[in-house]
Order: sequence, then C-alpha cells, then structure tokens
Amino acid sequence: MTARFPPVPVAVVLAALAVLALLVLLPLAVVFAEVLDQGIGRALAAFDDPESQAAIRLSLLVAGISVPVNTLGGLAASWCIARFRFAGRGLLLTFVELPLSVSPVISGLVWVLLFGAQGWFAPALDRLGLQVIFATPGLVLATLFVTFPYVVRQLVPLMLAQGSDEEEAALTLGARPWAMFWHVTLPNVRWALLQGVLLLNARAMGEFGAVSVVSGRIRGQTLTMPLQIEALYNDFQAPAAFSMAALLALLALVTLAAKAALEWHTRRAPDAAWVPA
Amino acid sequence: MRGVFVHASPLPGFGPALGLTLAWVSVIVLMPLAALVMRPWSLGVGGVLASLGSARVLAALKLSFGASLAAAALTVPLGLLVAWVLVRGRFPGRGLADALVDLPLALPTAVAGIALTTLYAPNGWIGGLLAPFGVQLAYALPGIMVALVFAGLPYVVRTVQPVLMDLPAEVEEVAATLGARPLQIVARVVLPALLPALLTGFAMAFARAVGEYGSVIFIAGNMPGLTEIAPLLIVIRLEQFDVAGAAVLALAMLALSFAMLGAVNLLQHYLARTTR
Repeated sequence: MTARFPPVPVAVVLAALAVLALLVLLPLAVVFAEVLDQGIGRALAAFDDPESQAAIRLSLLVAGISVPVNTLGGLAASWCIARFRFAGRGLLLTFVELPLSVSPVISGLVWVLLFGAQGWFAPALDRLGLQVIFATPGLVLATLFVTFPYVVRQLVPLMLAQGSDEEEAALTLGARPWAMFWHVTLPNVRWALLQGVLLLNARAMGEFGAVSVVSGRIRGQTLTMPLQIEALYNDFQAPAAFSMAALLALLALVTLAAKAALEWHTRRAPDAAWVPA
Repeated sequence: MRGVFVHASPLPGFGPALGLTLAWVSVIVLMPLAALVMRPWSLGVGGVLASLGSARVLAALKLSFGASLAAAALTVPLGLLVAWVLVRGRFPGRGLADALVDLPLALPTAVAGIALTTLYAPNGWIGGLLAPFGVQLAYALPGIMVALVFAGLPYVVRTVQPVLMDLPAEVEEVAATLGARPLQIVARVVLPALLPALLTGFAMAFARAVGEYGSVIFIAGNMPGLTEIAPLLIVIRLEQFDVAGAAVLALAMLALSFAMLGAVNLLQHYLARTTR
C-alpha cells in the first residue's frame, strides 16, 4: 500500500485562499470593478483620446522591436550555452541573466548614463543630431535590457535536458546545418520558445520603471501604456487610468492562460525557470 | 579556436552564434552596466561618500533594504502556506488558485500599483474595513509591505512547490508511526527538507523587493526620509539633473543587494555541506 499524506485541515486551506484573495485576486478584481463602475461605454471612450491611442501605438512599436531582437539573440545565446562547452560559458550565462537582478529603475538609468545629456555618447549624438533619451530609441533600449534573459531562461534548461543526440543524428544523416536547425532543433524547443516569447512580450508591453526613467514623459510622444496609466492616475483621471489598466490586465491574463496551456501541453511541472526579476 | 577554447563537438554554428551572443551581451548588458560602475567616480571618492552620506539617501537605503528584508521574511511563511495547500490540499478550484499565483509576475507593475492603492486606501474595499479601527495601510509603511509581499509571493511559492511535490509521503508516515505529532513532523521532518528552497525563495523575493518600483510608488506616500524608497530617490535625482548622484545611489543599491545574495549563497553552500 502506498503511503498517503494526511488531509490538509479546512482552516489551513481557507487561510491560504485568504492570502491569495487579499494579495492577488482582489487587486485584479478592483481593476475590472473600476471599469464596470464607470460603465463599459465610458470606459471604452477613454480609448478615443489621441494620447491614449498614441500610448498604445508606442507600446506596440517597442514590443514589436524588442520581441524579435531578443528572441534571435536568445536563440543564439542558448545554442552556444546549451550545446557547447567552452571557456567562460558560466560567465556568459551569468551576464545574460544579469538584468534579472537589476532594479527596473537602474535598468533605465544605465541608458541615461550612456546617451543622456551628460552621457558618454552625448557629444557623438549631438554631432549626428540624434536623440535617444526622452525618445523612442531610449524606450526600446531600456525594454531590450529588461527583457534580455527571457528566451534563454526558457530554452537553456530544456536544451540541456534534451541533449544533442537528435541533432548529431541529423548531421550524420547528411542534413545541412540550417536544415538541422529548422527540422530538429526548433521543433524540439518550440513550446518553450513560444512561452519565452509570450513572457518577453508581456514584460515589454508592461514595463514601467525602466521606461519611466528614459521617457521624459512627453504626452502623446514618449508615454507607453503603463506610463500613460501613471499620467492619467496622477491627473485625477482614475477612470481612464483603469480603462488602460484593464487592457494590460487582460493581456496579463491571456499570457498566463497561454502559459498554463503550454505547460499542460508539455506536461511540465510548474517551475521557477521563467521567473523574471 | 576549436580544441583549445571550446571542446570538440560535431555541431555547427558555434562561431557565428557566439559572435552574435557576445555582440548582443556587450551592447545591451555590459556596456550600460560598465557606465554605471564608472560614472559615480566622476565625483571623486569624497564626492561619492558625501552623496551617500546625506540623510535622505541613508533613509531611503534603510527603508528599501529594511522593508525588503521584512517583506521577504513575511512572504516565506505565506508562500509556504500557499504552496502547501496547492500541493496537498484537495478542493474545488485548486487549478485556478495555482494559476493565480503567477499573476504578480505577469501583471504590469503600474497596474498592480494603482490596483493595490485603490484596494488598500482608506476608502477602498479593504482599507475601508480597517479605517474605523484607525489602521492605515496605504500611503504608509504597511502599504509598502503589502506591495512588496505581493511582488515576492510567486517566487517563494514557485521555488517551494516542486520540492514539496517530490517529498515522499513515506517519511512522514514513518515519523507518524513512530509517534510524532503532526506539528513535530512539520518542524522536524518537512521543514528541514524545505529549508534550501525556502532560502532561495527568500533571496528571490528580497532581490525583487529591493528593486521594486512601479507597484510601490503609488501606495507608498513617498514622503522624503519616511516612505521614500531608494529607486524613487534615483528617479528624483535624475529629474533634478543630478545624474552622478543617481548613479552613486544606484551603484550602492546594486552592491548591497549582490552582497546580500552572495551571503545567502554562502549559507546555501554551508547548509548543503552540513546536511549531507
């Protein structure tokens, strides 16, 4: 007979559910309650505001650049780290994961130190007539920094666990390198890759601290959706702020649902591997 | 290059992939962090010390690290409770409760910030219940703690959960057969097995809390010297065009949190050696 755990007392279950309700469920519920309170019509009217539309377009642009760039970079880094043993491999992994341990505000500040008015590259930018900080390029760079490790975090543990037997077999059977990559490597990691891309996208759309430092908060120009939420909230336009917040909360819910579906699909136990800082 | 620097492998593409990776890491991570490490010293050592020694900076650092330590210490038992119930409890909606745990990681911090503030403000759903008793959470230290525990909870739950799942029921059954009472089993058998995971969860929750910005600034009240966290002071310094001062505070924050994480790592190694 296999051993069984004693049942968890009802009071303990209720205590755990109370923790989840107070800290997680109710904050989520508040966002949608604030939207329903003002009425769906008024809530949707918040998106007629040209500044809010500009914020949505800017967030889509920033994510549209960050996601492919960091996906390609993440694939290259995962290929090196998970498939080869070389001097400095551990150090490289440490560098790749470093942004996870850096405060969002500092992740924005570092770009001000490089490209701001008093930054290292300020004279060069002046000569070229380029503006990075308080403009879209700064927002993209700050987002690239914070979303840098997401794909690697998903792929490296999986690729290490899978090993390279199938890839070596493909090469032995005469596959060219790219054919091996497309037909063996990529299909083997596709669900983990998709999960990494989803989380990368969610962070890119939702990042606040890093972009707030480089944004300069020019309305209609350098405010992404989270920054627009802050601007509206501080302007005593809480209803409009919550309309925008509900949109981002929906994105978070869709991301979580997709993540849960992918985990169910690959039957992997919930793990801490994807946890961002 | 192969054979000396890299172990021989039949797989292709090492050179180009490494080249791309190094370029990517250098431009996106190393160059910016190099600027952070070097910039403060433009003030000179005396200037750096003077900047760090100001009462406002010291108060912000003390608040950020003190509140983060306290929040992480509070998150560990709460996270353990949630993980325990998710692994061993049998109740309807367990899957949904499990999915909820990840929400603080996926919800943008600005959204979490205004939601927590609205919930815990004196006129909010929860704040309103506490206000008659003279308890104020939002715009004070307890509000900061709520936001930090919110941000840290998934880290503790997700590090403890897999370890708890792998714990064999036999061990606890044997302890029970030998006459141990339930609380004794938890304290003497289960907790020691979970200790490394709890420590990791603590370290992750702490690291996240120290840097946390978006979910805190709305609920904190942001009074200089009282409820002004270090990341906010960095932002304020930048807004006053004191770039070097912002860099000094940022570098001090990073150095302190890496030192704390290093200490936790050492403790982990020590535990691993003594329990083996």
